[in-house]
Amino acid sequence: MKARVTVMPKKSVLDPQGVAVRDAIAHHGFPQISMVRIGKVMEIEIDEAGPDAEARLHEICADLLSNPVIEDYVLQIEG
Amino acid sequence: MKAAVIRFPGSNCDQDCHYALQRVFGISTDYVWHKDSSLKGYDLVVLPGGFSYGDYLRCGAIARFSPIMKAVTDYANAGGLLIGICNGFQVLTESRLLPGALVRNRSLHFICEHRFLRVGATDNPFLNLAQPGQVLNIPIAHGEGNYTADQATLEELNANRQILVRYCDAKGTVSEAANPNGSLNNIAGICNAGRNVFGLMPHPERACEARLGSEDGNVIFQSILKYLKN
Repeated sequence: MKARVTVMPKKSVLDPQGVAVRDAIAHHGFPQISMVRIGKVMEIEIDEAGPDAEARLHEICADLLSNPVIEDYVLQIEG
Repeated sequence: MKAAVIRFPGSNCDQDCHYALQRVFGISTDYVWHKDSSLKGYDLVVLPGGFSYGDYLRCGAIARFSPIMKAVTDYANAGGLLIGICNGFQVLTESRLLPGALVRNRSLHFICEHRFLRVGATDNPFLNLAQPGQVLNIPIAHGEGNYTADQATLEELNANRQILVRYCDAKGTVSEAANPNGSLNNIAGICNAGRNVFGLMPHPERACEARLGSEDGNVIFQSILKYLKN
């Protein structure tokens, strides 16, 4: 079983990296880009996934892979 | 009276904390390795600064799952005095022992310099010898010290007098210009509702002798000593 976890800063949290990259893009000649937000993607492989694998992955996403105070995550199961 | 300084792989202010506690204040201090599981017999526990686990994933996120953190959490929940400095503050927020989170500095720069802090609430074990409004000169050294929390948390922190230090200028004015990292309301350090857990980004242990440029960190250690002696 494979899974992909995308973690993004919450909309309400300022993402200074995103702002810096947006400004760099503007200096690069593309000032129409108004927003960049930077997150993380994690690829996960699971051996012998049991029936509770997805639920346990959600638990790990909320508990370790993201910090719910500042981030949101999306879990995609890739078969 | 006994203190413990927790060592994670990547802690690098552990010796500074040990020096301040033992050499400057004469408190018998042990290092406790992150794989240990007991904090029995300690009156004060310090989570020092550094880059625990290389700051992988998020600062403090992996340290939270160290074996010793179960003992740290039990110790704090039982009312034990716990102070987290810099990376230690990040570990405390990741562990949910303190509310909010610390994110990348607004400027994206790692900032290492002396800063002025305005003392807020003093009705706690960590600042009972300080005066409200007193200005302390204590260095910061961090890349992720930008304190953030939602509005409800901020209101709760204010209502419960949990904001212990804010970044200010030399005269004690808390302003945007005196905010080094973008922290919400210039917050530099907070305590929990139980007032026994204190997290702060500045390093009081680096301001414990005149030859370090400031002795203003001492009021924190002296306050803790006074509290423990009573």
